Amino acid sequence: MSLDVALFAVLAAVTAGSAVGVVVSRNVVRAAVWLLFTLVGVSLLYFLLGAEFVGAAQLIVYVGGTLVLVVFGVMLTAQGPLQSLRTRPAEWAVGGVLGAALFGLLAAVVSGATGTPGDDKPLPGAGPLGLGFLGVTNTPVAYLLPFEIVSVHLLVVLIGAAYLARAKRRAKP
Amino acid sequence: MPPLWSEYLPHPWDLVAAGVTAAALIFAFVGASAFLAIWAERKVSGRMQDRLGPTRVGPLGLLQSLADGIKLVSKEDHAPAGADRFLFRLAPYLAFCASFCGFLALPFGAGVVGQPLGVAAFFVLAVLSAEVFGVVLAGYASASKWSLFGGVREAAQVVSYEVPRALCVVVPVCVAGTLDLNAVGNQQAGWVWNWNLFHDPFTFLAFVIFFITATASCKRAPFDLAEAESELVAGFHTEYSGFRWSVFFLAEYGSMFAVSGLAALLFLGGWHTGFLPFEPTAEWGFWAGAVVNVAAFIGKCWALVLVMMWMRWSLPRLRIDQVMMTCLQYFLPISCVLLVGVCLWQLLAPAWLTAATRYVLAFGSATGLVVMLAYAFRAPPGDAGPGRLPGAWAGRPTPLTAGRK
Repeated sequence: MSLDVALFAVLAAVTAGSAVGVVVSRNVVRAAVWLLFTLVGVSLLYFLLGAEFVGAAQLIVYVGGTLVLVVFGVMLTAQGPLQSLRTRPAEWAVGGVLGAALFGLLAAVVSGATGTPGDDKPLPGAGPLGLGFLGVTNTPVAYLLPFEIVSVHLLVVLIGAAYLARAKRRAKP
Repeated sequence: MPPLWSEYLPHPWDLVAAGVTAAALIFAFVGASAFLAIWAERKVSGRMQDRLGPTRVGPLGLLQSLADGIKLVSKEDHAPAGADRFLFRLAPYLAFCASFCGFLALPFGAGVVGQPLGVAAFFVLAVLSAEVFGVVLAGYASASKWSLFGGVREAAQVVSYEVPRALCVVVPVCVAGTLDLNAVGNQQAGWVWNWNLFHDPFTFLAFVIFFITATASCKRAPFDLAEAESELVAGFHTEYSGFRWSVFFLAEYGSMFAVSGLAALLFLGGWHTGFLPFEPTAEWGFWAGAVVNVAAFIGKCWALVLVMMWMRWSLPRLRIDQVMMTCLQYFLPISCVLLVGVCLWQLLAPAWLTAATRYVLAFGSATGLVVMLAYAFRAPPGDAGPGRLPGAWAGRPTPLTAGRK
């Protein structure tokens, strides 16, 4: 068994185990902590595959940003019904069916995949990939327009959030 | 790291051994730095408050941290009755893991790096931003309102200061054209004016903003609202004692050194001394050059950490609304302007202007530093000779001279 396979086995086991922890834990903050381990595990899987940029982006967006905000919100609201979650049997049934369907879909896709994993060719780094996607270097497809649309969209969202969260001034009589 | 183990061990095991070696070296560096930095912090504060600081334990009180450590380890390690024990125990280690992992991609010299990453600058920022998680969890799990206030403040502060900090990192990255810290370091080889700090006025200002925001994201004074002992007892670590409390401090000093190292690599020439016009490892061989490089890098880290201590004992603590206003109303717009400015400079500035700016900024800062040091070490105004009064009182009679004619 090679080192890659052994590391993958350990990381996958930790990621899957903590994902189960997210589902079964009753306390919201503990669920968030299990989610932390899941997200870190996924980012380590990216690093193992050589996708350093995606791994670091996973860390900064989900762990450093989203999850901190989740915990921040949960800490301020974790009272009453949210303190300990009780899952009803109907919810278990719906969740189980959805989970099984997703698992079946993924298993079908994976078993249908052909071809062997690539040899040890060095992967292009974040810089060449980014320039290629933007169409600066010679690539068949250029995603400059979608990139600009997404960034303008994010800017609009940012301004909207700032507008909603602004200090409300009383209108002059 | 050079392939140290490949001669002695078969293929997968040499990688494992190299990883373990790198982790052990980094852990030793973090531990030793924290050990010395705690002593230095007490000496600096003593000096600034006209005290001696620790003097009893060892020469110059150098073993004070060891004495503190023995005291802390022998204290009772307990959790409050209402605490979420699992999270309470986990939180210090989460904080320490984050600040430790920041060093994995930080090159200490040419090729002396735990794991060379193509996106090292981004990785270090990402990992350091996860440190806040340990603090927030500690605040929540302690079941104490002071801790909770500390944790909430910390979350608000760090999440906001991350934005200008990341923007200030992008400024030298624009100049370098890469996120690889090894490459950024190599580009600044040679004399002092090759450092990114002196590349143009925008990187010069970006260094100042980066250093302030990095201080804030390490929750150091004047931004230490998370532990504000005058209002919150001790903030997020009120309920901690003994070993877990010291793990929090290890994490704090570790992240101070990590952001100082990042600042040194991005702005201050990385591992280059600035006084050798070549790369030492290329001229003197790997090991001799690496010693010089690592010494220069650690020296720069220490210089920045000492400035952080200097700021901590000089400036009063800000209020939480002042902290947030400073970030959102000043640092964020300034860093956006700096980012646009450095892009325009890269595109538009003619060659003679860039060269002139480098020399003017480098020699100007050197002159400023020399003048400041000369001012700091000038003869103290108290030396007016025996029986005489100094300064504005010169020539006035004293109780000693009043009776004399």
